[in-house]
Amino acid sequence: MAKYLGKRIFYLLLTLFIVITITFFLMKLLPGTPLTNEQKLSPEQRELILKQYGLTKPVWQQYLIYVAGIFHGNFGTSFQFSDQAVSYLISSRIGPSLLLGLQAMIVGVIPGILFGALGAIKKNTWVDTGTTIVSILGISIPSFVLAVLLQYYVGLKLGWFPIADWGGFAYTVLPTLALAASPFADTARFIRTEMVDVLNSDYIELATAKGLSRMQVIFHHALRNSLIPVVTIIGPLAVNIMTGSMVIENIFSVPGIGEQFVKSILTNDYPTIMAVTIVYSVMLMVVLLITDIIYGVIDPRIRLTGKSN
Amino acid sequence: MQSNESILKVRDLKINFKTYAGTVQAIRDVSFDLKKGETLAIVGESGSGKTVTTRSIMGLLANNASVAGGSIMFHDKDILKMSQKELQGLRGAQIAQIFQDPMTSLDPTMKIGRQIAEPLMVHKNMSKSKALAQALEMMKLVGITDAEHRINDYPHQFSGGMRQRIVIAIALINYPEILIADEPTTALDVTIQAQILNLMRELQEKISTSIIFITHDLGVVAGMADRVAVMYAGKIVEYGTVDEIFYNPKHPYTWGLLSSMPTLDTNGAELPSIEGTPPDLLDPPVGDAFAPRNEYALNIDTEQEPPFFKVSDTHYAATWLLHPDAPKVTPPEQIIARQQQYAKMQQELAEQAREHHVEEEEEQP
Repeated sequence: MAKYLGKRIFYLLLTLFIVITITFFLMKLLPGTPLTNEQKLSPEQRELILKQYGLTKPVWQQYLIYVAGIFHGNFGTSFQFSDQAVSYLISSRIGPSLLLGLQAMIVGVIPGILFGALGAIKKNTWVDTGTTIVSILGISIPSFVLAVLLQYYVGLKLGWFPIADWGGFAYTVLPTLALAASPFADTARFIRTEMVDVLNSDYIELATAKGLSRMQVIFHHALRNSLIPVVTIIGPLAVNIMTGSMVIENIFSVPGIGEQFVKSILTNDYPTIMAVTIVYSVMLMVVLLITDIIYGVIDPRIRLTGKSN
Repeated sequence: MQSNESILKVRDLKINFKTYAGTVQAIRDVSFDLKKGETLAIVGESGSGKTVTTRSIMGLLANNASVAGGSIMFHDKDILKMSQKELQGLRGAQIAQIFQDPMTSLDPTMKIGRQIAEPLMVHKNMSKSKALAQALEMMKLVGITDAEHRINDYPHQFSGGMRQRIVIAIALINYPEILIADEPTTALDVTIQAQILNLMRELQEKISTSIIFITHDLGVVAGMADRVAVMYAGKIVEYGTVDEIFYNPKHPYTWGLLSSMPTLDTNGAELPSIEGTPPDLLDPPVGDAFAPRNEYALNIDTEQEPPFFKVSDTHYAATWLLHPDAPKVTPPEQIIARQQQYAKMQQELAEQAREHHVEEEEEQP
């Protein structure tokens, strides 16, 4: 296990390095400069400012300087918020994003599993049709549309939760729901399809022939086997939530890194773009590593060798 | 071991399936008895209704199936009238089943010890540790070596033959009165087949269960069964003891089945086959369903269904050929050879019995 983890972490770092390289050069292709009032500056002033930030050097030199900085834990200073270290900006803003992402994952996946299972168990009844319609809606309605609908009806009309801003748990409810809709629908759809297959399998028939009740068959045999493919979509779901959060955090004015990412791209804030990209990549790769480990726990057939000696 | 007490009585069973094309009459008036301790083989080609019959005994019919008539009496209770709860109490306790494909009939994510122990925990409210201890004994009984270690293994760590042993262990853990074996060796290699069949015979002795053995492989039937029922198009067309069916068959369908089976005398010659296909049970034919494929068919076969004609106390066949007024027909060569062999066997048996009788008399002073 330790050996496996070591190998995985090595590949994780390698991938990260490639991501950093590609992003760095792509970012330099963005039109414009980080300067706010470019027209009003004289060419000398312009030159001076760019030089101060090290932007007059050739791109490959800038790249080498950046990579060297990373190894010393220096991610540069933000252009938008002058003299703020990017590492400080991110660490102060990652909390809300992680909280929202985690809540959305839990609120999406767990009810999604139950919802999909219900559809499969009640296959070809009105319950099944109902759950299918809800999951299709969840997949097809974009999260930003849902976000606005939630703000208007639940926030404004009913007044149950604050419409925007960041404060306590109540402020997280609407953005979490908006983010959770798509993972919920995806999970429900996946579980339903898989469970219908599993319920038709020979081992479910054997379990029934043992004298188990329908509920025992479902909880002891069908559910676990239907969960296996769902674990594989957790990675893509995490990506879904991360990209969704960029928009959702903006709509709900959540002070998270998603909101900051969008701002930094609009203002060519190079150090922030790089740092947020690194954070997103690391989060995604950690999620993938965790799903691979969970996969082994749920499905004994792909458990890591060496354990069964 | 065998007795004349019937523990299962199937009477006039009719089962229909609703499909988009219409109602399929899968089982049309099937009746048979299962005696205590015996092995009854049900043979027939795919779609003849063997599996549907056994599924109805387990109460495991598909959702679109409906029982159109008849009864399945088990200890004076009609299985067809039982509630789900009663059926759950029956399955895996008094009636158990072995399935066809051991590669897919075990839960891939559950340790096999637990899978074997489950029926004990469900039916006898046994604690997990106690049930696992019994499961271990059962694993040894079905011949799984190193059972102490393998009890914590998962199905994918076993070969096909071993998995079928596990399936048998699951079925027998509660010492059921009836064991339904639905083509238990079809998915296995021939050498493994023999091992599994031997094991089933051995265990039947040990725990004195009755077996309903479903197969289309007559070679397997000869070694396993006490009695045989031949099914065709949702009906039983002939039944009798294994010797009667193999050596003195009366129904032309049984003739066809036996002729198409390779024997030790078959050398390179092409095996005869029964021409044509089984009838569409959406619209079963009037008269004898086998008539269109039957080269010995009589005119009456297309008009009226043949009743069962008695051949002996244990042997009945539903063919008009047995009617006293029917013309004499010559069965296929192979069947005549079988009948001659049977006559010889009967004669030898009779002689042996006589000698035995004489010996016994001589022993008495």
